[in-house]
Amino acid sequence: MKTISRRRALELFTSVPAAVAIVFTSFESEAAQAQAQTARRQAAARGTPFQPKFFTRREYATVTVLADLIIPRDERSGSASDAGVPEFMDFMMIDEPARQTAMRGGLAFMDHLCETRFDKPFIECADAERRQVLDDLAYPGKAAPALAHGAAFFCSFRDLTASGFWTSKMGIEDLQYLGNKAIADWKGCPSEALQHLGVKYEGD
Amino acid sequence: MQVIRERKVYDVCIVGSGAGGGMAAKVLTEAGAEVALLEAGTMWDTEKDSKMFVSPYDSPRRGGATPEKPFGEFDGCIGGWDIDGEPYTNAPGTTFDWFRARMLGGRTNHWGRISLRFGPDDFHRRSIDGLGDDWPIRYEDLKPYYDKLDRLVGIFGSIENLPNEPDGIFLPPPKPRCYELLVKQACDRLAITCIPSRLSILTRPLNGRHACHYCGECGRGCKIHANFSSPSVLLPPALGTGRLRIITNAMAREVTTEENGLATGISYVNTQDKREYHVRARIVVLAASACESARLLLNSKSSRFPNGLANASGTVGRYLTDSTGLTVRGYIPKMANTVPHNEDGVGGMHLYMPWWLDNKKLDFPRGYHIELGGGRRSVPTFGFMGNIERYNGVGGYGKALKNDYRKFWGSAVSFSGRGEMVANDDCYCEIDPRVVDKYGIPVLRFHWRWSDYEIKQAKHMQDTFREIIHELGGTPLEPMPSGDQFYGLLNGGRIIHEVGTTRMGDDSKTSVVNKNCQAHDVKNLFIADGGPFVSNADKNVTWTILALAMRTSEYIAQERNRLSI
Repeated sequence: MKTISRRRALELFTSVPAAVAIVFTSFESEAAQAQAQTARRQAAARGTPFQPKFFTRREYATVTVLADLIIPRDERSGSASDAGVPEFMDFMMIDEPARQTAMRGGLAFMDHLCETRFDKPFIECADAERRQVLDDLAYPGKAAPALAHGAAFFCSFRDLTASGFWTSKMGIEDLQYLGNKAIADWKGCPSEALQHLGVKYEGD
Repeated sequence: MQVIRERKVYDVCIVGSGAGGGMAAKVLTEAGAEVALLEAGTMWDTEKDSKMFVSPYDSPRRGGATPEKPFGEFDGCIGGWDIDGEPYTNAPGTTFDWFRARMLGGRTNHWGRISLRFGPDDFHRRSIDGLGDDWPIRYEDLKPYYDKLDRLVGIFGSIENLPNEPDGIFLPPPKPRCYELLVKQACDRLAITCIPSRLSILTRPLNGRHACHYCGECGRGCKIHANFSSPSVLLPPALGTGRLRIITNAMAREVTTEENGLATGISYVNTQDKREYHVRARIVVLAASACESARLLLNSKSSRFPNGLANASGTVGRYLTDSTGLTVRGYIPKMANTVPHNEDGVGGMHLYMPWWLDNKKLDFPRGYHIELGGGRRSVPTFGFMGNIERYNGVGGYGKALKNDYRKFWGSAVSFSGRGEMVANDDCYCEIDPRVVDKYGIPVLRFHWRWSDYEIKQAKHMQDTFREIIHELGGTPLEPMPSGDQFYGLLNGGRIIHEVGTTRMGDDSKTSVVNKNCQAHDVKNLFIADGGPFVSNADKNVTWTILALAMRTSEYIAQERNRLSI
């Protein structure tokens, strides 16, 4: 419910026209993504960057910066863009066209906010300026009513960043998820995990 | 259009390859019958087609939903509440969401393998509280079939001797996950019964099938057949007899009849070449799902049966019920910063809570059971930790946020109520007078209204689940829905337990089939899905569909030998 109302709010707000909706069937989109992956590998080999299908070049640069501000590199793992989150987002915009307007409009909202405050778009802002904007948008309980649309956009962008990062190989290893594999027998949870919760098995 | 008629006359034509149809195919072929089994969907081979062990990053969509996979692209069930070209309608002001599967095995590819017997009380609720109707059979009539089913399919559980939760013939249950033990502690303090779940997943090898390897992804389809689905357990022995012919992509249009009023077979549309075919059979068994079988009967009109076949009583499509359902999730601080370990287990909960209260002391007449979820069960996929602000209270970004995802992942539990609804006159399906699907077959129109019984039960679920979450030291992740929102009760059809549309009874004026699931009006027509249920229960329906289908099929085999049908 929440995301729909946010999306609607953004649709009402934004004056940027929606991109032409390209609806792929799942087969076609898989094929498209395979192609994109090949293209990305080839581009990397040639030293040219990934060519987004949905985002404009400037949008894509903004998305990359924003995603890395949300999930930066730290001592345990790399950043959102290290894990391929911007490419993932570009795919999702094509795969779920209903997301397109809110995404494009949300990025435009942020640029407009930066133009108003700093006389330049988000991507041209200094790190401190970007963080000032994020400090105003990233805490939905504290966001000023005038910035409600930006805060709603940021929440859904953060969710999408998290989806992209934590489902990547890098993210799953970071989380120390240890399943999705065959084990010989289920012996229950290890004693450290039981102790953490203050529980034990009957008879133990 | 020219109808392509097969010359062969089968002993039995079954419509639907799910729980009921699969069971009928097994029992009847093993009894010597030549059987044609029609399935509207495609062939699906779990050994080849299942996404078992696939990692989210193997797909650009990261496991997200697609139009044909509403539970995510790795899910093993092709179908959903909306199928392209196969609409249904809702009467003005009402909402019912109809889930259909379109693949071999039907909806046995989509379920939690929660395999609960109906209890003794569940067969004669009217005698207890005056609401709904009694079944024409009792628990004792079905018990031998539940027993055979347990041995055939395999189910784990524990002997509990609870009055209305009959024990079965159980394989050992898996040990609880650590957070499930925490929930059990809280339930013990609140006097809520919490016991090992009863799932049709093998914890020991059985009948040539392997035991579970605990990857936790039953919903994707099990390549080693360690859980129940019709194609994993029922269809192979039926095919082994050499007497089963499976016809996929066969969308049944009509049960055909002859002058004397007996069924002669099924006419169907081949969904690939769009041509019309006819299968002849001496006996017809409908197992297309409660609503789909009702639709088929209502669409089988003739001068002899102007209201549809087997519908002299006018009750086809009536008495439609689904389980009530809603979920409350809670953040449990104790579960944050968990010790990393493989918590997958079987593809479902290891503990659950059967109905534990006495409705005579409550303001609603029927109970519910509670399904338990949470922890770090299953691999992160699309939608991972959405709305992080509900966990950390603020949202944020940067290194602190990144740490919050690590800290809070696995710190939530969920409680899903699945309750009994009382059949009412406002919940039914009928043929929409104007709308057809892409095959030209008239579609169903649903009518739906929750009564106070279900709404008060939903409030009780909400209050109880929130109480358990508080007892765990946690906070609910969603606010309490208002009475205007029916306390969060999901739309009818969302729990996918719809039954009752061709109910059984001794009186042919108020029921569609007799106690052997044989149509009162057409003696060579049987129904083997959830349609014949007289009432739902606070239990999932599949185990009873299977037991009933086994009983019906054995009756057919026995009567066929006596040449009485």
